[in-house]
Amino acid sequence: MSFHPLMEYDRAKFQKSARQTVPDGPPFALTPERRAQLDEIVTKYPPDRKRSAVLAALYLVQEQQGYLTANGMRHIAPLLDMTPAEVDDVATYYVMFHKAPVGKYVLQVCRTLSCALNGAERVTEALSEKLGIGIGETDPSGMFTLVEFECLGACDRAPVVMVNNELWHECLRPEDAGQLVDAIKAKGGAVFSGCHLEVER
Amino acid sequence: MDPILTKYIREPNSYTLDFSVKHGAYEGLKKALAMKPNDVIELVKASGLRGRGGAGFPTGMKWQFVLKDTPLPKYIACNADESEPGTFKDHVLMERNPHSLFEGCLIGSWAIGAKVAYIYIRGEFYHVQQLMEAELAKAYARGYVGKNIMGSDFDCDIVLHRGAGAYEAGEETALIESLEGKRAQPRIKPPFPAVSGLYNCPTAVNNVETLCNLPPIVLNGAEWFAKLGPEKNGGPKLFCVSGHVKKPGVFEASMHTTLRQLIYDYAGGIRDGHQLKAVIPGGSSVPVLLPDQLDVAASFDEVVKAGSMLGSAGIIVMDETTCMVWLARNLLYFYKHESCGKCTPCREGTDWLYKILTRIENGEGVMRDIDLLVSVGGNIVGKTLCAFGDAAATPALTTVKHFRHEFEDHIREGRCTLPADWRATKMPVAHAH
Repeated sequence: MSFHPLMEYDRAKFQKSARQTVPDGPPFALTPERRAQLDEIVTKYPPDRKRSAVLAALYLVQEQQGYLTANGMRHIAPLLDMTPAEVDDVATYYVMFHKAPVGKYVLQVCRTLSCALNGAERVTEALSEKLGIGIGETDPSGMFTLVEFECLGACDRAPVVMVNNELWHECLRPEDAGQLVDAIKAKGGAVFSGCHLEVER
Repeated sequence: MDPILTKYIREPNSYTLDFSVKHGAYEGLKKALAMKPNDVIELVKASGLRGRGGAGFPTGMKWQFVLKDTPLPKYIACNADESEPGTFKDHVLMERNPHSLFEGCLIGSWAIGAKVAYIYIRGEFYHVQQLMEAELAKAYARGYVGKNIMGSDFDCDIVLHRGAGAYEAGEETALIESLEGKRAQPRIKPPFPAVSGLYNCPTAVNNVETLCNLPPIVLNGAEWFAKLGPEKNGGPKLFCVSGHVKKPGVFEASMHTTLRQLIYDYAGGIRDGHQLKAVIPGGSSVPVLLPDQLDVAASFDEVVKAGSMLGSAGIIVMDETTCMVWLARNLLYFYKHESCGKCTPCREGTDWLYKILTRIENGEGVMRDIDLLVSVGGNIVGKTLCAFGDAAATPALTTVKHFRHEFEDHIREGRCTLPADWRATKMPVAHAH
């Protein structure tokens, strides 16, 4: 006798967890230089609080490999007195860590209010059309990934685009988005304008 | 008012140590180190300095709450995770005047007895962090930071800590969690950080602009500072104006300045050929104000009287082409995306609000959806651990309150009634990344 009401039991339907795990990826170890960098960062925190350096460590893994893998997280976990699950817990929370391979240039267009009021939605559309990819996708050549991003904190230079978590391009008008893509293809990362906040009096 | 925090910001070398020292950097620290720590706290209390991060809590009082008789180390955690939509003042300060932040951190550390100040800078500000690292190294080399600061026997380190893209990390306890190497999720309060914060030690969490105000307070005195603004709202304030204005930017002014002056005199007014429709005066988390509500001083207290909040002073201006359903949907996408997921009302409620707004915007809503918005929003407010929940419900509640007819038009006509030329040409779909 069962306590459960009769229900359609479909193994494929009910037993499958919706949780997405980060793939193992290739074997991973930090290069000696990056390992030394991490060891130095760890000294900035109390000796029993190495875990504080986990974001920095994940940035180093991402810098070396381009994205995060389970093997990368397993590598840094013991260095910070953490379990791999704890590293995964942190890594999957923060949006600046890629959990899958991305293009050489990750174009992250700010979509929040001030940028949107200045045409950010059309910038994204123009980039999407030019590159022939949707949001969150990478183009077949592996050069560009298009992402929408939340407020970048440079609202007077709207619309703003952050490229690869480090480079910025400001005041990108929808009509110039296609040209920007061509310029990146021709000249690389040097074409990004950076961010110059205006201080008015 | 002559600018104080942004006085030299337009000079090409304003961020360098040499330039800053030539123009009085670390003088305030020198003076503070000659005072007793408790006198510094009293001075800041007397100045009436209020936290510039959003809540406007008196800084001196916050420091006074930091436990004194404890064997535990104490910390300053500087909140440089500026991510409130429409706010970019700390970005400017750190980029153009980093030494005033370092000096403020050191004065704060001296006052509460901290030996380390952590500056939690948002991951997106990589260019700012690189510049600050270089300047910090110079300050260490010259003895302004580190051991025996300026021959005073006071030791204090400053550590820059890079975040990785989480709006919620701007909440003080979530910032501490993130500093400890965890998900940026808020803690249950009490205990407040002043009693048990970073590594369970007494911690003062202060905003960048708050700390930058300390050197001038120490140098010029509490009375001078208080007199710069209205009662209980003293000192200079940075305002960020963005959106449909001619000259968006950061402006330093006293809190006597009205919102209308900031929008029309400082930011050059609404773009040509358009009229003002609504203003969000303090970052996306606060209620909207209408054009006839703008003749109030942009101070913590006066903006509250007008029915909104000064918050982080990120003033977002919308002209008549802005659809208010679209606006609420845009912001709810932000809150849905950034909700840390710890409290159910916020995690589920933001997603629900976003779905309702999406169907109204797409012309698939029904009239009772409007009341559903109010009901769901009202069930988030006050039912979460941190202020994020209240903030997340605000865009939906405030637009329905002031622009209910637009929601009704959408539902009646079955389409967006204000499709502006700067919006996406195709109906946007939700994207996860």
